[in-house]
Amino acid sequence: MTALLEVSGLRVELGHGRGRTEVLHGVDLTVEPGQIVGLIGETGSGKTTLARAVLGLAPPNSGTVLIEEQNTTKLRGRALRAFRRSGAAQYVFQDPLRSLDPDRTVFDTLVEGLVVQGGRSRDELRDAADRVARLVSLPAELLSKHPGELSGGQRQRVAIGRAMAVEPKLLICDEPVSALDASTRITILELLLELRRERGLGVIMITHDLGSLAGVADRVTVLYRGNVVESGSTQEVLLAPQHPYTRLLVESVPSLFDDEPLDSNRRGELRDAVRALELDEPVASVAGTR
Amino acid sequence: MSVLLDHTAERVPLSSSEPQEKDVHPTPLLRVKELRVTVATSAEVVHGISFDVPKGTAVGLVGESGSGKTLTCRSILGLLPAGAEISGGDIEFAGDSITTLTRRDAVRLRGTRIAAVFQDPASYLNPSITVGAQLAEVFRVRGRLPRKAARDEAVELLHAMGLHRPAHVYTQYPFELSGGMLQRVLIAIAIAGEPELLIADEATTALDVTVQAEVLELLSQLRRDRDLTLVVVSHDLAVIAQVSDEVHVFRDGHIVESGPTRQVLRTPRHPYTRSLVDSHERFGIDHIRRQRDDR
Repeated sequence: MTALLEVSGLRVELGHGRGRTEVLHGVDLTVEPGQIVGLIGETGSGKTTLARAVLGLAPPNSGTVLIEEQNTTKLRGRALRAFRRSGAAQYVFQDPLRSLDPDRTVFDTLVEGLVVQGGRSRDELRDAADRVARLVSLPAELLSKHPGELSGGQRQRVAIGRAMAVEPKLLICDEPVSALDASTRITILELLLELRRERGLGVIMITHDLGSLAGVADRVTVLYRGNVVESGSTQEVLLAPQHPYTRLLVESVPSLFDDEPLDSNRRGELRDAVRALELDEPVASVAGTR
Repeated sequence: MSVLLDHTAERVPLSSSEPQEKDVHPTPLLRVKELRVTVATSAEVVHGISFDVPKGTAVGLVGESGSGKTLTCRSILGLLPAGAEISGGDIEFAGDSITTLTRRDAVRLRGTRIAAVFQDPASYLNPSITVGAQLAEVFRVRGRLPRKAARDEAVELLHAMGLHRPAHVYTQYPFELSGGMLQRVLIAIAIAGEPELLIADEATTALDVTVQAEVLELLSQLRRDRDLTLVVVSHDLAVIAQVSDEVHVFRDGHIVESGPTRQVLRTPRHPYTRSLVDSHERFGIDHIRRQRDDR
């Protein structure tokens, strides 16, 4: 099967002049159609930079980003604009209140991408908005509302609907549920599972919270200081983490039912092991072996 | 006075729906009775919340945004936002009502007997004063210590917070520290006045998960070593599960379920609590751990 997304050896530098530093040290990531891949990392791990690079918003120094076998890092000018307009890869932000234009109605937001693509009549846009609203379970009467009049969960549905309107192959969700209440989280995660099932959508779920994607992601890739330190099926990575950093991460997630409180000695040892690695350079990771 | 000292009050009531347990502490450290809070539009948003916090325990308040948990805390601290006011009920601390304290008495209570830490540590520190000076200020104002002694106490407390090279951290400005280090400094400032009660309102929410684990551990350790009574507020049931003995589940200004934490999580009675636990089981790490245990 052809991978939907294949990132290999990606290096990205950010900043200017002497402050310029490499934040991704040669990263690999693969997403198959219909697969949900969790991208886990803490503050400064480079997970958002990786997402931006996939979208063509952070030009890499080296490495390739293949979306359906097309190398998007080589695109320039008209070809790059055409790629962006095609909507093959779409982004959903963490905080829908800030990522949605407060002056736009839900209808205008949902069809935004289609308007940019051009060539559709008002009626066609109306039909498309109705379809998308149904797809993300937004009641039709909300189409004339503004984001300020919606609940947090409804806003995130609008953000996902806006992304889905252009029928992307790949959806990149940056902390899609962390700004939402627990009961709303479930409905948004269920929506992503459903879109994946019905549309064969590939999804990258970026999160710092291992706990929020255990029941959703098929595979997990763990980023630490710009390196992929581990990657594998969600089960394997969470149940038998190989890399000390992944083990530390897993040990740190609070459980509802664990009778033992978080084991501080164990985490202390793991933290020391992680520090000893001095991971500012590319390291031999345990990625890709399973 | 440090900004922090202004944020140190909380109340916790006994749920009216909760069967009264046999009270081994006749006077709980904190008692919230039928607390009602009304906002400017004269809409009631906290509808008669009651709970007790016995001395030496850790009590968790869990709920979503708008459930009333933060307004309840703010009522205890005497720090309701403008327009919100207590419209009914009572809050007792060590047996005395603190519902209608004068400003002067409230200031005296906060910091020395009740202290609090909040979600975003950076916004509670003065960016242009070293964190050490802000911590030492508590010892000088509250403990009336001379400058040098206050400094020594502060460095020692930073050390007790698990900060490496505390004397160096003392000289640093807030922007030089990570979120986890700042929250440790804030906790140090909160407990510097040796309060009996510490309220942690979403204190680990903004932290990375590995740092959150360390801060939760610090709270549990302070409770053990310093005989601190804790009220932990979080939207995250798993955080509450880690640190609290008892939990009160807030929803829409009511407490819908209360009880020993383990019992509530294992056998939730209220549909809302059950849905919170279910979501963890379906999507959280417990989902995977359960599969492992079933093998």
